[in-house]
Amino acid sequence: MVTTSTARAAGSDLDTFPKYLLLNAARFGDKPAMRHKDFGIWQSWTWAQQLDEIRKFALGLKALGLKSGDNIAIIGANRPRLYWTFTAAQSLGAVPVPVYGDAVADEMAYVLDHAAVRFAVVQDQEQVDKILGTMARIPSLGAIIYDEPRGLTNYRHELLHSFESVQARGEAQLAADSGSGKAWEDGIREASGDDTSVMLYTSGTTGRSKGVMISARGAVNAARDTATFDRLTEADSVLAYLPLAWVGDHYLNYAQGYVSGFCMNCPESSETVAQDLREIAPTFYFAPPRVFESLLTSVTIRMEDAGRLKRWIYKRWIGVAGRHGEAILEGRPVPLLARLDYALGKFLIYQPLRDVLGLSNIRVAYTAGEAIGQDLFSFFRSLGINLKQLYGQTEAFLYVTCQNDSAVRADTVGPAAPNVDIRITDAGEVQFRSPGQFSGYFKQDETTAETVTEDGFVKTGDAGFFDASGQLKIIDRAKDVGKLKSGALFAPKYIENTLKFFPNIKEAVAYGDGHDFVGVFLNIDLQAVGNWAERNNIAYASYQELAGHRQVYEIIAGHVDETNRRLSREPVMAGAQIRRFLILHKELDADDSELTRTQKVRRTFVAERYRPLVEALYDGSAEKFVDTEVTYEDGRKGRISATVKIAEARTYEPASGGQQGLAA
Amino acid sequence: MSSRLAEPIAVAEQGAGEMLMEVRNVSLSFGGVKAITDISFDIRKGEIRAIIGPNGAGKTSMLNVINGFYTPQKGEIVFRGNTRRAMKPHHAVRQGIARTFQNVALFKGMSTLDNIMAGRSVLMKRNLFWQMVWHGPALAEEIEHREKVEEIIDFLEIQHIRRTPVGKLPYGLQKRVELGRALAMEPSLLLLDEPMAGMNLEEKEDMSRYIIDVNRQRGTTIALIEHDMGVVMDLSDRVVVLDYGKKIADGVPDAVKSNQAVIDAYLGVAH
Repeated sequence: MVTTSTARAAGSDLDTFPKYLLLNAARFGDKPAMRHKDFGIWQSWTWAQQLDEIRKFALGLKALGLKSGDNIAIIGANRPRLYWTFTAAQSLGAVPVPVYGDAVADEMAYVLDHAAVRFAVVQDQEQVDKILGTMARIPSLGAIIYDEPRGLTNYRHELLHSFESVQARGEAQLAADSGSGKAWEDGIREASGDDTSVMLYTSGTTGRSKGVMISARGAVNAARDTATFDRLTEADSVLAYLPLAWVGDHYLNYAQGYVSGFCMNCPESSETVAQDLREIAPTFYFAPPRVFESLLTSVTIRMEDAGRLKRWIYKRWIGVAGRHGEAILEGRPVPLLARLDYALGKFLIYQPLRDVLGLSNIRVAYTAGEAIGQDLFSFFRSLGINLKQLYGQTEAFLYVTCQNDSAVRADTVGPAAPNVDIRITDAGEVQFRSPGQFSGYFKQDETTAETVTEDGFVKTGDAGFFDASGQLKIIDRAKDVGKLKSGALFAPKYIENTLKFFPNIKEAVAYGDGHDFVGVFLNIDLQAVGNWAERNNIAYASYQELAGHRQVYEIIAGHVDETNRRLSREPVMAGAQIRRFLILHKELDADDSELTRTQKVRRTFVAERYRPLVEALYDGSAEKFVDTEVTYEDGRKGRISATVKIAEARTYEPASGGQQGLAA
Repeated sequence: MSSRLAEPIAVAEQGAGEMLMEVRNVSLSFGGVKAITDISFDIRKGEIRAIIGPNGAGKTSMLNVINGFYTPQKGEIVFRGNTRRAMKPHHAVRQGIARTFQNVALFKGMSTLDNIMAGRSVLMKRNLFWQMVWHGPALAEEIEHREKVEEIIDFLEIQHIRRTPVGKLPYGLQKRVELGRALAMEPSLLLLDEPMAGMNLEEKEDMSRYIIDVNRQRGTTIALIEHDMGVVMDLSDRVVVLDYGKKIADGVPDAVKSNQAVIDAYLGVAH
């Protein structure tokens, strides 16, 4: 698929993001490029002002000694100055390396050292402390630049600079030598699209994180393709709230923002995202399924507390939306009366609800990262929100597939994205070749060679297939798909996702490969179950106590039962139903390495850590004592122990209308 | 932007040691009950001064005397060079003394923002007429005060509860809002009555952090009453110890810790 290569030739001189910065400052000079809520007010910068800020900072960095080819770490939350650092670094030929701000000092030091960063631009004291504490492990580091001075007034370290002081250096340079600004712009124009644009460290689902290098031309081309696909323009806006170091944030907000010229809005703090979302009401939005899940959970909980009339209105018109909403969204024929009913519902419920959730202006919304429940997906679409799915990877610079507005489904991830080639190997693995495809892992040529095939396709490690309509369906990680002793196919993620659809279940981990049957660990959702406990006068002091409560087990047993019923309806999955389950005594946590920083369960690690519990699932015991070490956010360790109950679940005869339950 | 935070803040004059307040021979009694007997001590500019003592030692009474809620029968108080005995709390506020309470005393139905704005009311200069029409000078003044309040909200990291009625907030956050309201008065002396009472360890650590920041970054002199000895010894520059309304020790934390009279007062003595 190289058909658009000619179309691209016209814009081929635009092959880096700094080039787009100059272009946007010229074509959208007085349009907002960036907003940030600070001191309760949305401060904004136009593209022209953004160019000024970046110019000053870039020249300051240069004066401090940043050179072409250097790596520069960017650590912190979504803030304008950190986004400007990306472009400032790129304009000098340096490579920005965003790092997860909530990484513990050890993980962070590993990445900074592996990437051999010369400079680090960080948000605040927290990050400065982490870096200063591990300085000895990062010999390449020559300067730390911080955005927020709070708490740093008494720090006297020779490598420490404030963001302002670096910009002041740049300004002094501009004042002293009027040609330096022009020289900087000339440097941008002469830069090559073959240079590395950004290096993104993977979240480390499997082992240590790897530095994924993305070339400038590839990044720009990919972003331009998808921006055209979704018709993004300078009139759009986004709330930049995703982790800065994640490919999704860098692609959806930064890359697409530069090529289409739309405005990025940075929230006031991570705790105010919901309020900021409502104030900004973005037109383009991305959130992982768990965010939609928690939105729906909070709506459901608040409706339960509402008055009877409101509850009735909600139930009545959410029902109408469920029947006709998606058809109306997709422009399919709908009877006139139903349309009128829907219009009334829009006035009474859908629009006010969308407004409260901050989704009132959404034109395109995406979700990805995990499978999303059909009911959850339909709920949002039936409100008139154009929620679609995409499938992507850091190695692809995000998009591999994405759904077209007219063909959206919950159980698939869409056909190949523009200019992407996909093939399925005999072993069922999905492989792709894309414009934004990575140029290699930093300093890991061997791993690169293992990941990329000889003919240039990237192995995703995911198992999947194309269905009849030509959309890709992902079942699981290729290596995670296993078999029970009976030979039945065991796809853990599929089972986990079915379980996680229930608002009361926050996390699920399924085991079964090489065993007689499937057993699962569950985490309850403290918000949902806690609310239920409150309404039923059940007192509890901690997660642990609530999780072990007899009635909570009864509720969860009902959910497991329903999950088995659903599994039994699918011929491929019916063989692997849940026989035994337990509710873990603690919430799985990224600080204990049980989840990745992007909140995905590390199944093998969890199995290793709770080995006695896995054994108890299969040896028939009714309860088991465990003692676990936990790490607090500040690095201190503690222990937590409990006797965990293991419960039995009902299983069902496979499909063909077999509603008859059979006790296990 | 964040840099704006740095400007209005005067760095505490460390070790300047200039006298801010002096309590001279103060005695207070309710009928026949002697709450405070002939107590003298001083508070220096820029320090964190702790007042400690067993239950009923007269700590809160002492604070109430300092901010004018009680009038002592004997003795006098010198604050910023002015000597006085009787004073109303609102005079104390105008002179630059703000306080928080042992039991949270916020306007429960109002938002965090409005509660802190209420702390600014004493500094608002427009008359009732302008306040009512809420236009022209009054509006300009409101905006000016709102800016200061936003700085405090940023300082205490409570942006996410700006619009939340304080009655719905957890206790630790309510305490923080109360601190914010006291800070809004831009006091030169801040009285904290058991700022950590009823808090868990994490909340205590947070609150300690904020108290230190208020002192170091905003340059506010602080007098506090607290029962948690670990907190007191870590936070304060000097400690005065009361027992049965009398002063039994006064000095730096280490000296006070090893003072026999203090140990006896807390642990009791064999008679």
